[in-house]
Amino acid sequence: MKRIYMDHSATTPTDPLVVEAMLPYFTEKFGNASSLHFFGQEAAEALEQSRKQVAYLIGARPEEIIFTSGGTESDNLAIKGIAYQNSGKGKHIITSVIEHPAVLNTCAHLEKDGFEVTYVPVDSDGILDVAELENAIRDDTILITVMHANNEIGTIQPITEISKISKEKGIYFHTDAVQSVGKIPVDVNELGVDLLSISSHKIHGPKGVGALYIKKGTLIQAIAHGGEHEARLRAGTENIPGIVGFAKATTLAKERLAVDSKHLTELRDLLIKKVLDSIGHSYLNGHPTKRLPNNANLRFSFIEGEAMLLSLDMKGIAVSTASACSSRSLEPSHVLKAIGLRPEDAHGSLRFSLGKDNTREEVDYVVESLAEVVRKLRDMSPLV
Amino acid sequence: MYSEKVMEHFSNPRNVGEIEDADGVGRVGSPSCGDTMDIYIKVKDGIIADVKFRTFGCAAAIASSSMMTEMAKGKTIEEVLEITRDDVADELGGLPEAKMHCSNLASDAIRAAIEDYLEKQSHKKDNSR
Ligand SMILES: Cc1ncc(COP(=O)(O)O)c(C=O)c1O
Ligand code: FES
Repeated sequence: MKRIYMDHSATTPTDPLVVEAMLPYFTEKFGNASSLHFFGQEAAEALEQSRKQVAYLIGARPEEIIFTSGGTESDNLAIKGIAYQNSGKGKHIITSVIEHPAVLNTCAHLEKDGFEVTYVPVDSDGILDVAELENAIRDDTILITVMHANNEIGTIQPITEISKISKEKGIYFHTDAVQSVGKIPVDVNELGVDLLSISSHKIHGPKGVGALYIKKGTLIQAIAHGGEHEARLRAGTENIPGIVGFAKATTLAKERLAVDSKHLTELRDLLIKKVLDSIGHSYLNGHPTKRLPNNANLRFSFIEGEAMLLSLDMKGIAVSTASACSSRSLEPSHVLKAIGLRPEDAHGSLRFSLGKDNTREEVDYVVESLAEVVRKLRDMSPLV
Repeated sequence: MYSEKVMEHFSNPRNVGEIEDADGVGRVGSPSCGDTMDIYIKVKDGIIADVKFRTFGCAAAIASSSMMTEMAKGKTIEEVLEITRDDVADELGGLPEAKMHCSNLASDAIRAAIEDYLEKQSHKKDNSR
């Protein structure tokens, strides 16, 4: 059976060149980067070289990059690290209603710890209301955290507009760029952010590694304590093989960005057009153009997402859904709710997230299979 | 996540559709996630002669509906009313905890159809007096 992977927002296959770059660091170059001997220095060199590569991807300086265990830890370090270090100045944080749980649950944790959080709404396309954000700013606001691109519906947020405001008011601004890096240009100076999270496994790097960009001069503290690694902001012996792989992935992503994003945009638009043309009562979730080149979040009336996902899986097609039935809480996703979908509409939503190796032929097969699956499930539905 | 039996019933559901001149119809919806199930029954001499369903819901809900119709077909009304909420899940080789309400919905739906049938019967009797 054909196997087609269209769930690249969940994770990506590690590039063979990345694996190749990592391998020596498991065996002959196994040193601890804190050791003064030859083995340690070899690892330390690889670490600093990797830092340069990751910094280069986002237009940062190497000393502004802190390696972490991934997007989740980067978000935690950014938000808690700023909050605790600056709580003398104020205890108010602003974020959006459509953030990833790594941000939302970190904010919820801080709320229990005496911080106040304002959740700014989005419009029906999933774009944040900047005026509303500006209104939410108070004298005691110390941090704004708004994601660059949404992981479910792919919507790209007006980060530069927000950073103008944050700069003017002297408030730290963090963005979760886990989904946007490698798909659209991400440059910390152009975006005007103070902190930015990246994850390796979303850009064909290994899992369990990521980085936080922290602009020079930012007042932040560690959230886990131990040795003096990573400018004393992230204790623990560095994951050198992972970091080397991540760095290789950022270099490849930078080289390939123009070609990949063009290819992805073409495939995405082809997929969306074919689905909307050939399947009745199908709709696109999220903004038609201000969206990641690889994200097509589509919804189909009268049927349920988990049933669609499993039917596609049986045809060798891997996608994802944020349907209520697929979550432990039996709640539809907070993102689909935030863009105003009724629960029954949120139910029938599927996320197709494309990768550089997907082809037009795969899109054709996916649309054909999807049409079949939708027909079969609608024949079974009492709501049609 | 699901047993083979669930996947088998989900991919080849039995008794899908509706019965035009059904003797009883049950529609139930669950407040938990919004799933909805319609069940149609045809009753002959106190026996479920035919049963059909339409379901809006997850794979577990569809498999449970299908399994329920198989379990009910050919049984007497009394026997079907004895089928408990757990029986459907057991027959399917078990369901994840979070999905138990989907199989509950199936047994609720057939009960609703039988109640509808019994009510119609009592009306018929009333009218014939
Ligand atoms: C927007 C966003 N932020 C954070 C994360 C978490 O990243 P990681 O899996 O590296 O912890 C993800 C991954 O799902 C994501 O999509
Ligand atoms: S129908 Fe929603 S979880 Fe089964």
